[in-house]
Amino acid sequence: MPARQKLVIIGNGMAPGRMLEELLKRAPRAFEITIFNAEPRVNYDRIMLSPVLSGETTFDDIVIHDDAWYADNGITLHKGKRVTRIDRDAKQVIAADGTVAAYDRLVIATGSSPFIIPVPGHELEGVLAYRDLDDVEAMVKAAKAGGRAVVIGGGLLGLEAAAGLRVQGMEVDVVHLMPTLMERQLDTAAGHLLRKAVEERGITVHTEANTKAILGRNGRVTGLELEDGTVLPASIVVMAVGIRPSAALAAEVGLEVGRGIVVTDQLMTSDPDIFAVGECVEHRGQCYGLVAPLYDMAKTLAATLIGESAAYEGSVTATKLKVTGISLYSAGDFAEGEGREEIVLRDASNGVYRRLVLENNVIVGAVLYGDVSDGAWFFDMIKRGTDVSDMRDTVIFGQNYAGGTPLDPMAAVAALPDDGEICGCNGVCKGEIIEAINTQGLSDVEGVRAHTKASASCGSCTGLVEQLLSFTLGDAYNPAAVQPMCGCTELGHGDVRRLIVAKSLKTIPEVMQELEWSSSGGCAKCRPALNYYLLSTWPGEYQDDAQSRFINERVHANIQKDGTYSVVPRMWGGITSAKELRAIADVADKFDVPTVKVTGGQRIDLLGIKKEDLPAVWSDLNDAGLVSGHAYGKSLRTVKTCVGTDWCRFGTQDSTGFGIRLERFLWGSWTPAKVKLAVSGCPRNCAEATCKDVGVICVESGYEIHFAGAAGLEIKGTEILGHGKTEDEALEIIAAVIQLYREQAYYLERIYKWAARVGYDTVREQIIDDVARRRDLFERFVYSQCFSQSDPWAERVKGGEAHEFRPLADLTQMAAE
Amino acid sequence: MTFVDIGTLDDIPERGARLVKTHAGTVAVFRTSAGQVYAVEDKCPHLAGPLSQGIVHGSRVTCPLHNLVIDLASGAAEGPDGGCVRTYPVQLKEGRIHLGLDAQPSEKVA
Repeated sequence: MPARQKLVIIGNGMAPGRMLEELLKRAPRAFEITIFNAEPRVNYDRIMLSPVLSGETTFDDIVIHDDAWYADNGITLHKGKRVTRIDRDAKQVIAADGTVAAYDRLVIATGSSPFIIPVPGHELEGVLAYRDLDDVEAMVKAAKAGGRAVVIGGGLLGLEAAAGLRVQGMEVDVVHLMPTLMERQLDTAAGHLLRKAVEERGITVHTEANTKAILGRNGRVTGLELEDGTVLPASIVVMAVGIRPSAALAAEVGLEVGRGIVVTDQLMTSDPDIFAVGECVEHRGQCYGLVAPLYDMAKTLAATLIGESAAYEGSVTATKLKVTGISLYSAGDFAEGEGREEIVLRDASNGVYRRLVLENNVIVGAVLYGDVSDGAWFFDMIKRGTDVSDMRDTVIFGQNYAGGTPLDPMAAVAALPDDGEICGCNGVCKGEIIEAINTQGLSDVEGVRAHTKASASCGSCTGLVEQLLSFTLGDAYNPAAVQPMCGCTELGHGDVRRLIVAKSLKTIPEVMQELEWSSSGGCAKCRPALNYYLLSTWPGEYQDDAQSRFINERVHANIQKDGTYSVVPRMWGGITSAKELRAIADVADKFDVPTVKVTGGQRIDLLGIKKEDLPAVWSDLNDAGLVSGHAYGKSLRTVKTCVGTDWCRFGTQDSTGFGIRLERFLWGSWTPAKVKLAVSGCPRNCAEATCKDVGVICVESGYEIHFAGAAGLEIKGTEILGHGKTEDEALEIIAAVIQLYREQAYYLERIYKWAARVGYDTVREQIIDDVARRRDLFERFVYSQCFSQSDPWAERVKGGEAHEFRPLADLTQMAAE
Repeated sequence: MTFVDIGTLDDIPERGARLVKTHAGTVAVFRTSAGQVYAVEDKCPHLAGPLSQGIVHGSRVTCPLHNLVIDLASGAAEGPDGGCVRTYPVQLKEGRIHLGLDAQPSEKVA
């Protein structure tokens, strides 16, 4: 077998990432691949930085290729190593730290760098660009300290940065050189609509404003001065005025460079062994800063490298402003010119604006503001050069009206040709998606994302993908998998959880107001979920809303089919005493309890108790030292144990003692769904720990900790989480994983479902590998327990919520007088 | 029809219910977040669940046993299964709630 060719890539952004995917798909073993990445991290989705800044998503969610992906594909990734020299004669690259890699083929993907206006003060600390995660982290940090920010640049990036900083709580000024915002895409009127929407978010906009200097004290930014003398105080200044290709390295070694690295249609530079891809290139005089063209280039380059013939012929670009609540879409070219005409639709009261630029009856540019649902349709016609003479009168109204009669959305998708583009970011067309659905047996949006990349970047085509699923699968498509949390909102559980944190929402009415709930007071599905999310996110601050809890949690007992209740006192670790048993027997006698049953969780259930008797029952149980077992709650239920070293001849550790300790530590905590634990004293596993939410198997060397088991609707053995050498360590691991679950899971999602959704490895990384993170989680759990460990029964025995247990009036008595 | 004073609006938690025992059975009296009061028989048309124990949202309640949603004004159950629970008229006078009941022969008329 011939030695594999060496492929070296400089840069690890989205363009080379996509190129590698294409390459590995076509020829998985063609090259021995080495990547140098100046950023100390893996490949992530840069176009999603704005939602990260606004807190609507997290860095982990935008990672495209994690470490495992590079390992799995046998790729050597040098993180945090900047290539400083290319030796074209010796065919090798040299990094700043001296690392050398030889290549047969070299790909330069150095991307672009933000343009920094060289005004006085531009080097002060606190002057940021908006380009990578470091910038976003610096902005989030500045926002946490409060204060004011100035964003220079009223284009796409600038406005996204401003909106994100505003959401993070800063006072924000946008300084823009031109008379209207986004003047490259919008005409004056639409610019004003956008300005109004931006200002409604509490952002101050200064147009025709030229920056004179950035002001500072002790090397740090304090503000910004405009040409007209206006001074805007600021703790950070963000420059978002544009990017320039990073071509210096290529220029140094004598490759042909214009504005960017000049490449052919095959992405070849002036050296036939060196290629370039992404924002650093100049192709046919054009440089690109959007993701779709980069992906087109990536595809061509992958084909070129393995010797297939392919050509990149330039791209028409479309873009979307990613500010939640403002819809803006623009595609193509809207410069005015000889022979160009415009069609404009304005509906000021609905805040809708559309503008099409036509040349020879072909649409060459489209801007949609307010209602962007037809974006993909216009974009498709731009790319095809469709002659629109026949529908000229109606084309501006969009696809539904262009044909004369309104079409339903499904028919619109059905009418798209197979090569009609669905996902603009990733260049995925309808035919590819349908084929993937059919051949891979996909049934939800996640599946389509995983297999085709459609809707995996900015997500604005998710609706179209759903329609395609529905169109292809018919009734077999169950959108429930990706459904909103209930009929009151279009947001899913994950979005709601993130937005509660990002927007600092602290009451149910605030959530409903801010997230635009469509019902006035929610419903029986969303209210308990919101109550839990707020309770777990803001411990000690949020006031529990009893009326948003299911009856069981409201009265701390389980409602039965006849309207009576069952009562389960806690038996710590399954251990009881004669005194407790006597108290339970006395209660059973005194209140005529029809059924007394031993539960699967090692305690005793008193069934058939009348609601009005509950406080008296609890009072008697309390007197014997028994407290609520939370058998009714989305909370910690039981910790089942075996007798361990106390009695068992095989026991390796004190499993009973540890079980009791765990239960005393964890009880009272509210969780997304019920949580059951077990501790077995040896691998014989008499406490059946390997089908619990969290299970412990004691071994000679300590404690083997399991999680994500199930023995209910589904049966599933646990996964191994990690090993604790001491009880203390095991306790910390267990509390941390429960806290992670409390912070991340969707309401009613058991641990096994949550863990499968986020990935077992992800959980292990955060709990076992990252000890600092584990410690933080543990401490947050401990903090939240300060507010949850009081016996709800005792509170009600003292008279709390007394109205629950007494009728308002008894008219039968009155009548009998 | 006789209206009987059963208590004050404040006796019922907002988005909650209290029970009134009558000769005709138990009546659940609801208070919505908008301050309206509704009275219905405390018996879900599905499997007789105690509606008073459900979650109140808008002017509806979700039964705690099997999540049937009942419109408190009409007593009708939403969804394909249908069904209807008996409703009782309610009057609010100066913060006091008066429940309208069929006159009982044995009942003293207030």
